[in-house]
Amino acid sequence: MICQECNQRPAALHFTKIINGEKTEVHLCEKCAQEKGEMFIFNGESGFTFNNLLAGLLNIDPNFQKPSQSPFHQEEILQCDSCAMTFPQFLKVGRFGCSHCYEAFKEQLKPVLRRLHSGNWTHNGKIPKRIGGGIHLRKQIEELKSNLKDSINNEEFEKAAEIRDEIRKLEKNLAASHEGGE
Amino acid sequence: MSLERFLNQAVSSWMSAAGPDSDIVLSSRIRLARNFDEYKFPTLFTHEEAKMIIDNMEVILNQSPIQKFGQMELLKIEELQPLQKRVLVEKHLISPHLAEDSRYGAVLLTENEEVSIMINEEDHIRIQCLYPGLQLSEALDAANEIDDWLESNVQYAFDEKHGYLTSCPTNVGTGLRASVMMHLPGLMLTQQINKIIPAINQLGLVVRGIYGEGSEALGNIFQISNQITLGKSEEDISRDLKGVVSQLISQERSAREALRKTSNIQLEDRVFRSLGVLSNSRIIESKEAARCLSDVRLGIDMGYIDKMPKTILNELMILTQPGFLQQYAGGSLRPYERDIRRAALIRDRIKMEQEK
Repeated sequence: MICQECNQRPAALHFTKIINGEKTEVHLCEKCAQEKGEMFIFNGESGFTFNNLLAGLLNIDPNFQKPSQSPFHQEEILQCDSCAMTFPQFLKVGRFGCSHCYEAFKEQLKPVLRRLHSGNWTHNGKIPKRIGGGIHLRKQIEELKSNLKDSINNEEFEKAAEIRDEIRKLEKNLAASHEGGE
Repeated sequence: MSLERFLNQAVSSWMSAAGPDSDIVLSSRIRLARNFDEYKFPTLFTHEEAKMIIDNMEVILNQSPIQKFGQMELLKIEELQPLQKRVLVEKHLISPHLAEDSRYGAVLLTENEEVSIMINEEDHIRIQCLYPGLQLSEALDAANEIDDWLESNVQYAFDEKHGYLTSCPTNVGTGLRASVMMHLPGLMLTQQINKIIPAINQLGLVVRGIYGEGSEALGNIFQISNQITLGKSEEDISRDLKGVVSQLISQERSAREALRKTSNIQLEDRVFRSLGVLSNSRIIESKEAARCLSDVRLGIDMGYIDKMPKTILNELMILTQPGFLQQYAGGSLRPYERDIRRAALIRDRIKMEQEK
């Protein structure tokens, strides 16, 4: 059989598409199939959406399949207590109901975020000024603490002492900012 | 409506102004997704909440306006005519989703249309800055300034671990989508683009055509944007994208030079044939128009055609979309009538330049 696209090379790939009961057969050579690759998936066939992808991502994870496999444990359905969105609902629409959903589905979310953001699951960018005062300090302290460890490992004790004092100062500020009514 | 008046109203600054590397980069865009902490996301919010968000924004706008970007105008989607909405979408100022599906959607626009803030789209707030040429860091600075202004007036949904919380998990973290629109006829003609796209995808960036459907890129115009929003800083995301775009620019330039050396006369012929089609056709489909506009733009950039503004590709790609054509005609048009209108608009626009 000859490729129906270029009419030159022999067809190596054979698809059968069934859309609403209508059957179409497609025969392509490898080269044309590669060129058309994207079109076959995204060519307006709306069955393949982001939501399917997301649900797919979640279902790959064995953690989510285990509970339902056991007939003796009636697993409680995870629900956000603020907007009442359930985890299965989230899977279906692919959108959260409110900002509290992130906390409610925290554990389930981690692997999803990792897959969506190539391994990342924590924020590393801008922090809003007004609500982020305490966060800024805490981040700074964390960074200093890791510097402190490095200095000790490198036996740079004078530098370590300086860093230690700096951390104490920041921790005092942090405590003050909490008392100041955040 | 006269063509000149229509152009004055229709052309936003990012379409007509020049920017760095604007022989290849048509525009740079930064989008930030933000949400108010105390309201449910647009997927679930009530009509009252949606209305309160718009009201809040109106109060901020009236009581503590930001001066730097000039006067801002608030447009409520429900108060717009279908054609007006379509025109805003075709100018990339609002998304199709905001125009068609949002409840209580609205948009804040600056006069030069470089800044638009969508309200109640997929997220409560989407700040968008659109600049001509390669100006990602400039656009990011502007977006950050608007973000800081809003943040000083409202409580954002933010947590330390996940960053800015968004309706869709693909935007969480920075909420940043940086994208660059590029004209890459050289890489298309030399067929290098098919090798380059998969390589770019591996870097966590997405390449797609912005006009046309599926995998085709009408007018050889591609959009390159970041996919990952979590775990990288805003500056890193913008810098990484800029790095790849700079690579593409130099590849495109060398492809153009190679074409000039190996097939100068063929290229010149192609350019002037396309100019001929655009100057003379009476019926033209969007696909053919896009192809010819791309050729003509390449001809301008490579010095075959002079006395023609570089922005003609950008401008006419946008103005010959169905919404704009119908606005120009002053009523709805069937597809066949649009093709006639499109041909007339392009002819008139080219004549306008030649008579200058």
